[in-house]
Amino acid sequence: MNNKILIENLSLQYSDGTESLRGVSMGIRQNAVTVLFGPAGGGKSTLLRCLNRLNDLTEVRASSGQILIDGENILDPKVDVVALRRKVGMVFARPVPLPMSIRENVIYGLEMSGEKRKSKLDEAVERSLKLAAIWDEVKDRLNDPANALSGGQQQRVCLARVLALQPEIVLLDEPTSGLDPISTGKVEAALQELKKEYTVILVPHSVQQAARTADHAAFFLQGELIEYDDGKKMFTTPKEKKTEDYIMGRFG
Amino acid sequence: MMKLLARNRHTVQRLGFSFITLMAVVTVLPIVGTIVFILFKGGSAISLEFLTGFPHDGMRAGGILPAIIGTLYLTIGTAIFSVPLGIAAAIYLAEYAKDNALTRLIRLAIINLAGIPSVVYGLFGLGLFVLFLKFGTSILAASLTLSIMTLPVIISTAEESLRSVPQAFRTVSISLGATRWQTIRRIVLKEALPGILTGVILGLERAAGETAPILFTGAAFFLPRLPGSPFDATMALPYHLFVISTQVPEMPIQIQYGTALVLLVFVLTMNVIATVIRSRARAKRQW
Repeated sequence: MNNKILIENLSLQYSDGTESLRGVSMGIRQNAVTVLFGPAGGGKSTLLRCLNRLNDLTEVRASSGQILIDGENILDPKVDVVALRRKVGMVFARPVPLPMSIRENVIYGLEMSGEKRKSKLDEAVERSLKLAAIWDEVKDRLNDPANALSGGQQQRVCLARVLALQPEIVLLDEPTSGLDPISTGKVEAALQELKKEYTVILVPHSVQQAARTADHAAFFLQGELIEYDDGKKMFTTPKEKKTEDYIMGRFG
Repeated sequence: MMKLLARNRHTVQRLGFSFITLMAVVTVLPIVGTIVFILFKGGSAISLEFLTGFPHDGMRAGGILPAIIGTLYLTIGTAIFSVPLGIAAAIYLAEYAKDNALTRLIRLAIINLAGIPSVVYGLFGLGLFVLFLKFGTSILAASLTLSIMTLPVIISTAEESLRSVPQAFRTVSISLGATRWQTIRRIVLKEALPGILTGVILGLERAAGETAPILFTGAAFFLPRLPGSPFDATMALPYHLFVISTQVPEMPIQIQYGTALVLLVFVLTMNVIATVIRSRARAKRQW
């Protein structure tokens, strides 16, 4: 297995001085679930939003270092961010269905990229909804408004919406934070399927979820990468005292 | 003692509520009163001939068709200029503008535009459109003048509607590889449209009812025929009402009130359309 993403000495600060990253370097493996965990304000979401340049929408004060995806520095101003965002999909903490039907939500990204053929779109709808483990629940009401679904269903439709674009990397920012345990289980199961095809990066909503899902785990504290290791090792025998304290629940 | 005080507090509250309820009811009275009064006084003037005929006998008899058509033309003309410009400006302010000196200047201009008395617009229109640009006293000049007056209403309501579309929709759309323009066109504008339309109609409604801005720029005292091009002057309901109420001696009173009634119905119809659009959209809205 090789590194899909290589982050080199990345530092970043918002203009209002909040959440920052300090000199983060790490490689992220292809076809694996890499978990970024740690207390709030540690820089996990910021890092996630760097990977698809969603940070461009916010005021960023200073930025140094680089992020290489397949060897290309995506922080380069010349990079085509629209193409990048198709390649690096993102699922957010709160499911935000666009104000349209389930089907329209799933094909939104494809349509925006210029795909008009109905056969292609239909195929994408079925494939991605199946992959997100929601197909059976919605196949008979694809034209219903997406926000009529339950929160757990909405979140899986949001995942399908990302998968429809056939990205290479899927970013998930606390995707189960508002979901019940059953829906959470379904999303987590879907992740294990996803990693066969995609590179998955997850910010979990709890340490337990991190331990359940991680192939590789990175512990972030106040913008710094404290420890980065194989998931099993990290949650059984962490090397750093801070990591251990956090996993054991001594702070958080 | 405590009991008495407690009862006293409730009495004060009841009095307070009664007072504000009364005040709320009082605000309804003028509009209801106006409508009933004008309906009562002018209702008898309304006939097919009144709505579709030309005035004759020095406007003391006949119909008001040229004024109705003229107001329609002016409203459409105003819409043609002010709607695209207003919406474009609102999109710029809500979606693209950074908080800098230029943006602040634009906002200041819009606020001040809204505060200018309508007769001043009329004079400005006379100077710029009628005389300098040589459009003459015409539908074109009057529509442009009304457009400038209407712009602040359209811009500010449209900007507000655009801003009320949740930010999360934009983030999601961008994250799915849509460009900012696609996001605005497919998501933001679509969701903001009912609010924008409401603002547009309210703005045009005001334009339709104004007299001062068209006084020097496009309104005619009397025309024996309908205007044939945008460069013709036109009769218009509000100005016609002014004329027959103050400039024509021995004017039959029911024609005056009949004209007022037609203008009122014209404007209120637009208002009802705006309300229907807004409430329908609200019922359908998915956020």
